[in-house]
Amino acid sequence: MEQIIFYILAVVIIGMAFASVTSKKMLRSVIYLLFVLMGIAGLYFLLDYNFLAAVQLTVYAGGVIVLVIFSVFLIHHLEMELEMANLRKKIIAALISIGGIATFLWVIWNHHFNVVENYNAIEVRDIGLKLLSTGDGGFILPFEVISILLLAAMIGAIIVAKSNKLTDKNEAQS
Amino acid sequence: MILGVSIYEILSLTTILFFIGIYGFFTRKNLISVLMSIELILNATVINFVVINKYMFPEKLEGAIFGIFIIAVAAAETALAIAIIINLYRQITSVEVDDTTTLKY
Repeated sequence: MEQIIFYILAVVIIGMAFASVTSKKMLRSVIYLLFVLMGIAGLYFLLDYNFLAAVQLTVYAGGVIVLVIFSVFLIHHLEMELEMANLRKKIIAALISIGGIATFLWVIWNHHFNVVENYNAIEVRDIGLKLLSTGDGGFILPFEVISILLLAAMIGAIIVAKSNKLTDKNEAQS
Repeated sequence: MILGVSIYEILSLTTILFFIGIYGFFTRKNLISVLMSIELILNATVINFVVINKYMFPEKLEGAIFGIFIIAVAAAETALAIAIIINLYRQITSVEVDDTTTLKY
C-alpha cells in the first residue's frame, strides 16, 4: 500500500516538475510548482515527519507560492508567452542534466548504505527541545541566528521594494 | 521508513528532481522562473537530508532540524529576490535575464 502511494507521489512530483520548467505560460508554471511542493509534503507524511510536512505546506505552498503568484500578477500579462532559450541551448542543457543524473545514479546505486530497520515517528516535542537546548548538540545558536536572518531579510525586502519613494523623500528634505 | 521502498529509490527520485531544477535554471530566461528552479533544487536537498536521517540514523534529529533551517533560509531568500525583481521591473520595465545589464559596464 505505502509502496503504491510512494510511486504515485514520485510520478506526480517528477511529471509536475518537468511541466513546471517547460511550460510556456507563466501562471501555469507556478501552479505546477505548487503541485510539486504538495507532493513533497505528502512524501514527508509518508516518512512520518509530520511537523516538517506541516512546515512545508504552510511556508512553501502557503507563503512562497502566493508571493510568486502576486509578483507574476504585478509583472506579467496573464496570457503572455514566455521567451524560451533556443533549441541548441536546450539540447546542451538536457545533455548536461542527463549526464549529471547518470553520474549521480551510478554513485548512489554502487554505494552501500547502512540502513537501520525502524518505524518510530519523531515527535514535535523532541524537535522543540533539541532546537532550544543549550547542552551538548543543542541548536540554540543556529536558532537565534536564523531569527536575526529572518528579521534582516524582512527589513531588507521592505527597503529594496520601496527604495524609489524613500530616496525621493530624502532628496525633497535635503 | 516507508514499507517496501528502499533508500536507493528515494535518492534516485531526489536526483532526478535536482537535475530538472538544473535544466530549468539553464534554459529559462525569466527571473521568476529561475527563482522557481532554485526552489526545486532546494526542495530536493531537503528531501535528501530527511531521508538519510530517517533511514540511517533514526534516533537522531539533525536531518529534520537542518530541513527546517533550509526551508527558513529559502523563504527569506525568496522574499528578498522578489523584492529585487519588482524594483528592477520599476527601473527597466523588464525581468528578462538578457536585459539586466545595468551593473555590467
